Amino acid sequence: MRQLTSERTTHPVLIFWIIVGWAGFLLLPWYGIEDFFTFEWLIDGYPFDEDYAPAGFLIAQGEKLWLAPLIIPLVLSLFALGKPKTHPAFSRFLILAGALGFGWLIIQGFAIGIRGFNADWLRALFGDLDDRQFGMGYGALICAASFLFLFTQGIAARGAINGDVFVVSSIGGIVVIVTAFVFFPIAKMLTAAFITEDGGYSAEVFASKFFDDRLWGLGCLSGARCGVAWNSLFLAVLVGLITTVLGLIFALVVTRSGFRHKRALRALTVLPIITPPFVIGLALILLFGLSGSVTVFFADVIGIQPTRWLYGLPGVLIAQTLAFTPIAFLVLIGVVEGVSPSMEEAAQTLRASKWQVFKTISLPLMRPGLANAFLLGFIESMADFGNPLVLGGNFDVLSTEIFFAIVGAQYDQGKAAVLAMVLLCFTLGAFYAQRFWLGKKSYTTVSGKGDSGVHPQMPRALSIPVLALAMLWAVFTMVVYAMIFYGSVVELWGVNNTLTFKHYVTAFSFRIEEAGIRWSGAAWDSFWTTLKIAATAAPLTAIVGLITAYLLTRQTFAGKNAFEFGTMLSFAIPGTVIGVSYILAFNVPPIEITGTGIILVVSFIFRNMPVGVRAGIASMSQLDKSLDESSLTLGANSWQTFRRIILPLLRPAILAALVYSFVRAMTAISAVIFLVSAEYDMATSYIIGRVENNDYGLAIAYSTTLIFVMLAAVGAMQLIVGRTEIGRRMSQSRTNV
Amino acid sequence: MKINSKAAPVSFRNVTKVYGKDVVAVDDINLEIEAGKLVTLLGPSGCGKTTTLRMIAGLEMATKGAIFIGDRDVTLLPATDRDVSMVFQSYALFPHMSVMENVSYGLGFSGFDKSETRDRARQGLELVGLKGYGGRLPSELSGGQQQRVAVARALVLEPQVLLFDEPLSNLDAKLRRQVREDIREIQQNLGLTVVYVTHDQEEALAVSDEIVVMRNAGIAQIGSPRDLYDAPADRFVADFIGEANIIPCEITSVDGDKATIDIAGFHHSLPARGLPVGAAQLAVRPTRLVLGATEGLPMEVKKATYVGSRMEYTLTAPFATLFAVSEDVDTPLDVGATVTVGLARIGPVLLAAG
Repeated sequence: MRQLTSERTTHPVLIFWIIVGWAGFLLLPWYGIEDFFTFEWLIDGYPFDEDYAPAGFLIAQGEKLWLAPLIIPLVLSLFALGKPKTHPAFSRFLILAGALGFGWLIIQGFAIGIRGFNADWLRALFGDLDDRQFGMGYGALICAASFLFLFTQGIAARGAINGDVFVVSSIGGIVVIVTAFVFFPIAKMLTAAFITEDGGYSAEVFASKFFDDRLWGLGCLSGARCGVAWNSLFLAVLVGLITTVLGLIFALVVTRSGFRHKRALRALTVLPIITPPFVIGLALILLFGLSGSVTVFFADVIGIQPTRWLYGLPGVLIAQTLAFTPIAFLVLIGVVEGVSPSMEEAAQTLRASKWQVFKTISLPLMRPGLANAFLLGFIESMADFGNPLVLGGNFDVLSTEIFFAIVGAQYDQGKAAVLAMVLLCFTLGAFYAQRFWLGKKSYTTVSGKGDSGVHPQMPRALSIPVLALAMLWAVFTMVVYAMIFYGSVVELWGVNNTLTFKHYVTAFSFRIEEAGIRWSGAAWDSFWTTLKIAATAAPLTAIVGLITAYLLTRQTFAGKNAFEFGTMLSFAIPGTVIGVSYILAFNVPPIEITGTGIILVVSFIFRNMPVGVRAGIASMSQLDKSLDESSLTLGANSWQTFRRIILPLLRPAILAALVYSFVRAMTAISAVIFLVSAEYDMATSYIIGRVENNDYGLAIAYSTTLIFVMLAAVGAMQLIVGRTEIGRRMSQSRTNV
Repeated sequence: MKINSKAAPVSFRNVTKVYGKDVVAVDDINLEIEAGKLVTLLGPSGCGKTTTLRMIAGLEMATKGAIFIGDRDVTLLPATDRDVSMVFQSYALFPHMSVMENVSYGLGFSGFDKSETRDRARQGLELVGLKGYGGRLPSELSGGQQQRVAVARALVLEPQVLLFDEPLSNLDAKLRRQVREDIREIQQNLGLTVVYVTHDQEEALAVSDEIVVMRNAGIAQIGSPRDLYDAPADRFVADFIGEANIIPCEITSVDGDKATIDIAGFHHSLPARGLPVGAAQLAVRPTRLVLGATEGLPMEVKKATYVGSRMEYTLTAPFATLFAVSEDVDTPLDVGATVTVGLARIGPVLLAAG
């Protein structure tokens, strides 16, 4: 006879979280300490020193008395012990304890900051507070987690989601972290747009910044310059259109032509993943810049005066098209392959010619996919920061303008916030359109039934120009990448073309000394930091992503649509917006992590989470739901099912998510550039720094190294994933990166 | 050690299941399933039979009403906490575990120690005739073998109720008969309570102690296979369990439990089943029509089809079109010929009109 979980009176999970809560309160330093991962505090005055003391000791010494009420919920939680789950008091005590504790933590965190009370009315009400507090540390975080999970266990005991503690806790956890690290910073940024110079709020300030001519000016119609918003919009639409057309061309070549080197074309899709976004821009400078090889060649042979035509819209457009076409290709190849061959065959048997089949059947069925690819290109272009920074010249776009508003001499948070809002509106608009207008209109016809037809070839009149364009573009891409490598091994581009390894030596030299290896190269610091941060962020991203995917595919709960929207939202938030909102939100308590490595890790987790979620959803929907159900009827609970059935079967998806988030963390620049500090410099921001100093050799050498490192990572993953096939079912659920 | 049965009865009390806002999958049903019996839920697709089964398993929660297994109210218990196991249509064998690991999986959560788990799992495999297959992966087994692993995996937990969700639908026709007999044999030897979902009436007739015919989220009739076949409660059941010809008729007189009916001038007497004088319907199985009888209805042969073991005829007359079967394949009737169609002594049943 199975033991009933609902009748047990000891609950190991509950005991664990109660102990954790008390430990956070009584044992661990309550406030944040300089470096999160060092344990210096253990020998430096703990537990009585004010900076390192746990909350319990602070209160006992008469300090930070506003933490004292937290004892009430901690005590309340003890009353739930020894009662069965079905007992009404069990859930009542836990919900009360969790809500009180978590609520009070938040209230006191926002009410009291580094200058005492944060709001005037509090000061008026209680008088000045002579004390202050810093950001949350181990103790506070662990207490918060404990309160949260006590609360979710209480909710579960009341019967939410069949009383499933694991599912309720996962939902609670994800909602809280997404709120804290996506919605809270964005909200903080939005309010920053209304703050006047003396700290008050005013809609006027917002209006004056919002209706600035630099943002919305239409000067370009009469020969002058246009506002940055129009620039961004125009560029994004162009990039969206061109990448969609090119992506479709590649997809057609791969699926519907006799072209032989299809595998090589597919390899193109890996490129944008492993290439730091601005590298393409650098290569274009080497080719078409003032002293670029093509420019010089034409100047020498035909006598065309070298110009700076590249810097501005043309350069950014070319760079982004090069960078994002593979993304459109990746989307469209699925769509083009997804059109059921039997429909095309049916049309053929109904006497349509190849051209008519393509025009009346294939193309209309692909339409939602085309719109999808366009919107992706649009969002990517809007969010791109590296290429406009390197190639933009006088052509300002929103993402770079935001950067200069924060970093430049003007340091205007309000302006940055307004610009970020505009950018966010554009990308969210596109995201919304993609989800709610296209989401319901997918014609791709992958049914479980075998569809054994063959895609017909393109009509001849179409295939010749398509193949020619595809080849041209592929060759151009190869030249660009060859340039990157070549550029890294010449002395000084365009001036002194002798081959040298000088740049690699400057960046990556090391000496072997008695004390061990001395990493003397200039790049090592940022390289190791990058590896460390990326390696920390990757598993966390994968965990959050997979749990979210599990909740979305396998569970039904109230508010699931909102939950899904919230978790996928950060996909549409450009990195620059994340960067700005993070420094606005997290440089003051209660969460004070600006300048640490944590802020980088956190930003990567939430930037890359949607990718993990998508990978997880894609492969989980291939797993028959009856596998979970049979595990449940065999007596496993949902956590055991998740761990023993779903996770092992998802191993390929987990690896893909791991490597993908690792690689994305290494190539990211837009959010990173706001968040790096002297201590935590990342490879990409270091390279951008070199570019700004016109030190192209080192920058390109470093970029090349990064590309090879990531190529190795992706390659290793493909090898491992290729081997972890279990039985017949798994061979179909391999995820493409 | 032997696998035992802890068979318990199942009881549904006014159970309703609504999906979303207004999709009623199961509408206020009452059902008593006796311990140690094999009960089949039978019905066309969408009738609520699978939802009913999943509510016993705890994979769906009843919107209203109460479900009891044994004496315990399990209405609010999730699947994990119910002492029920289920054999899925797709078998749902875990592809990353060997056969042995699959069969041991549930035992690990039931508090058995390692050696006991192994013994029980081995016992289970032996019971389904797969001794020695423990080390294989499910993908290395045939469909029938996978099926049996799924049964073993559910059996070894000695559940109070064992559930089967269309277990034969993925097997080819020859294997079906074999597996169905195996399941019935194990059920009877161990005395298990089994609830079995199928849409195949022949399968239901063959394995069941009792059949629950479902229609439109409700129960149409409950009874033994013979009851349902020989005395269907209404036209739906008559038509769903085996084929039936429905002939409109008139009850001219009722004498005790005997009724005399009139079909286009032909008189016949049969059990009244409580029906009053007036319009009614007569349900007759194709095999219960006697072709070339001395007394009966003259009908024209519209179609005659030879299907090997018998002849199938479509017969017409102004009052009805009938489907009849004859064992006589050597002297078939000609199309266009007129034949006198009589009714067999037992078999035809009266149904209420409409």
